Amino acid sequence: MLQLKSLRTPPYSNPSRSGTLLKVQLLGALLMTLALSPADAAQPPAPSQLAFHGKLDNGLEVVVVPDRRAPVVTHMVWYRVGGADEPQGKSGIAHFLEHLMFKGTDKIAPGEFSKIVAGLGGQDNAFTAQDITSYFQRVAKEKLPQVMEMESDRMANLRLDEKEVLTERKVILEERRSRVDNDPGSLLQEQMMAAMYVAHPYHTPVIGWETEMRKLSRADALAFYKKFYAPNNAVLVVTGDVEPDEVMALAKATYGKIPANPEVGGPRVRPTEPEPLAERRVILRDGRVGKATFERYYLTPSSTTAPPGEAEALQILARIIGSSATSRVYNALVRDEKTASSASAWYSGMALDTGRFGFYAIAAGDAKLEDIEASMDRVIDEVIRNGVTPEELERAKTGEIANLIYASDSQQSLAHTYGWNLATGRTIEDVESRQERLNAVTREQVQAVAAKYLDRKRSVTGYLIPVPSGLAKVQPRAGGDAATFH
Amino acid sequence: MTHAILGRKHLSLAVAAPLAALSLLLLAALPANAMKIQKVISKKGIEAWLVEDHSRPILSMQFAFAGGSSQDPEGKPGVATFVSGMLDEGAGDLDSEAFQNRLEDLAAKMNVTASQDHMSVSFQTLTQNRGESLKLLQMALTSPHFEAKDAERIREQLIASLRVEEKDPNKTAANEWFKLAFGSHPYGRPGNGTLTSVAAITPDDLHGYVRKNFARDNLKIAAVGDIDAAQLGEALDSVFGDLPEKSDRKPVAEVSWQGTPKQRIVQMPNPQSVVQFGFQGLKRNDPDFIPAYILNYVVGGGGFSSKLMQEVREKRGLAYSVYTYLYPLDHAGIFAGGVATENKSVGQSLDLIKAELELAARDGLTEEELRKAKDYLVGSFALRFDTSAKIAAQLLAIQLDNLGIDYIDRRNGEIEAVTVADIKRVAKRLMEQKNLIVTVAGEPEGIREVGL
Repeated sequence: MLQLKSLRTPPYSNPSRSGTLLKVQLLGALLMTLALSPADAAQPPAPSQLAFHGKLDNGLEVVVVPDRRAPVVTHMVWYRVGGADEPQGKSGIAHFLEHLMFKGTDKIAPGEFSKIVAGLGGQDNAFTAQDITSYFQRVAKEKLPQVMEMESDRMANLRLDEKEVLTERKVILEERRSRVDNDPGSLLQEQMMAAMYVAHPYHTPVIGWETEMRKLSRADALAFYKKFYAPNNAVLVVTGDVEPDEVMALAKATYGKIPANPEVGGPRVRPTEPEPLAERRVILRDGRVGKATFERYYLTPSSTTAPPGEAEALQILARIIGSSATSRVYNALVRDEKTASSASAWYSGMALDTGRFGFYAIAAGDAKLEDIEASMDRVIDEVIRNGVTPEELERAKTGEIANLIYASDSQQSLAHTYGWNLATGRTIEDVESRQERLNAVTREQVQAVAAKYLDRKRSVTGYLIPVPSGLAKVQPRAGGDAATFH
Repeated sequence: MTHAILGRKHLSLAVAAPLAALSLLLLAALPANAMKIQKVISKKGIEAWLVEDHSRPILSMQFAFAGGSSQDPEGKPGVATFVSGMLDEGAGDLDSEAFQNRLEDLAAKMNVTASQDHMSVSFQTLTQNRGESLKLLQMALTSPHFEAKDAERIREQLIASLRVEEKDPNKTAANEWFKLAFGSHPYGRPGNGTLTSVAAITPDDLHGYVRKNFARDNLKIAAVGDIDAAQLGEALDSVFGDLPEKSDRKPVAEVSWQGTPKQRIVQMPNPQSVVQFGFQGLKRNDPDFIPAYILNYVVGGGGFSSKLMQEVREKRGLAYSVYTYLYPLDHAGIFAGGVATENKSVGQSLDLIKAELELAARDGLTEEELRKAKDYLVGSFALRFDTSAKIAAQLLAIQLDNLGIDYIDRRNGEIEAVTVADIKRVAKRLMEQKNLIVTVAGEPEGIREVGL
């Protein structure tokens, strides 16, 4: 099967297919002793673990996962705040602030942060999602104290110049154009999310609505910063060639100096999404669409909110129904009916408040999206009625557990996994028992979550439809040295 | 994550494929921890470079056959890409579904990609399934089926992909750039083929490609992980031992850069234009490659530290993404870059970029700029070696570029040895922009077509 990198569906919007952050949920040291066979692995793993967990007096949680194969470390700070925590009318401010965090403190001049990290031979970056905002550096181990000093400094001492803020606002508008406005597939997904959430702020895109982004100000950014950026609203994760004691000592000497903010750190209460009552449909016709595309989302619980076992069953269900070239939907739509050129399903369970189960297909030839949709529904109904086979269940568990082992090869993956989970309401134990929980999933559970959640009432269906206008125009030329093309 | 994970940097919007390839070609970096590279030669004489790491029950293998899409038959671009999509679609005694299920049952990962000069395979297996996983790999390489019904399915996927590419400004700007830069040379042809060519490719074409390009004389192999030299030797013989001794590749001409600057605009109804630019660069075996690499880092390769990022994004907010890179192919060197900006800012952004390149050509770098670049390039060395898959990628790239097994030990010294005088000489040579080619996809303002 081809890896269709060039096909739509940017990784940042459908995490379960991205192979990046969200697929990589993993265990700590347990991995090393895992046997792949689900039967063996079902035995309770030894309690020993690589992940050290501590807490500073000011409330900062600290996670350390040693990996001494290369003399480097990954240092991350995860704030328990994201797009879904923004005030009304200020969409995009969480992400805008993330950009502005590179604009200096009393000690660091505007724009110098990344240059200093580069001068240390390090790499840095940051990213924002609905529930989290994360900053990280990757450096040689001996540079860890310096980056901890710098990261802790900007946790408390951000300084923003008005002109810098206005210039950066243009940058995030360009970012929106690159990610969303230039791409009808992204626009459809944005509209589907808005249709999906009636009350919950996941309705609003993390990048922001353009009209609101244009008005975001320095004062908005600083207010958000003061409200949410504090040690008792953050998780520090260090993975790589380090000792937990050493990290705890450094953390006390740097982050430990910052006082807790009594206003944050409690339960994160957002508007509750009511039980869905009606299926919704979103249709986007655009001259910039290359192939008709079908998408569907179902509202589900996340790993944090699901009753025990359900999130794992949904993960296994997604794998069986749509994560390979022999999955149910691939076999039905691509191999047998030939209505789609690709077809897949995914589960995204890493959010704090809700999850999503999704389906995706690109039309083959002139196939109609209505026919693709009908086939998808037949596949879904079949699983709801008759469940999955023992072979499918075993194969899916094997794949999910192997992914945990493969991910243990990367200190960056480890840092992401622990950081993301701890910043969205889960615990070290949740992370490290994942393999056990996946193993415990039964066919009955898989069928039950399919029946419970793959209900059209819970869904938004999206059609992306090409229309003839807006074709790219390349004028044919006489002469020149160009080869024939298209 | 319910919707978006937004990163602050996004440097690779355009020409994603070349950039991905580049990350392998970039210079290797040595962890201070001794990382022992063993040269393993099997009984049948097949060579691989090995780094043992028994801390995880994983074997990561990366290998490549020289060839790639530049070996596509005349008039049939897309054959190598088609092959890359078909290798796991049935082989030996397993049909497509059985092969896929077997891969899943063994939890083996096999990823095949075709670039201009290579067909590369990234393979991972768990120790406990190693023997059986490698057997699948062997079958894929030596007895792929290329059944007509499977070929039809993959063809449909390739065509859908081309239809999407046609409307994608990033892909459009990149394709137009390669077409203008290389014309009828194989590098000027679209690696993924065209709607016409992909429709005409037959299973015989696919078999023909494999017959001519999968051999032992054009193969380089890297292995990292839970395997020792003796075990690897046996694995090499079982996987690659039955391949023919010699490949039957057609020669690819060296690209001769010539002509005058060109600017092409492809009208696409988007609010933001995607701009690709580039001109003659250096091949990896050029003695000036390392100074050029440092220069590129300072001008546009170094993320937030780069001059282009400062001028275009940090000072003026004109773009989210602006970057340059060296793209050394086997038969051409490219210095390339890109920017994505609101339509009305295209002229201004390009002027800023051209001015920076001119400045670099005239002045080179200051002592301080050079020192900072070295600090980063030397210091970030070890970051390239922190997973088995990354180490395997580096070991393969070093072999493909013929840099020698001691390259990792030499590399930082080669960076440190570069002087401002070297940079000045190379800058003049590299940054002259004599044959600057710019392609824009969008509705750009402040720019017109030139030299077409």
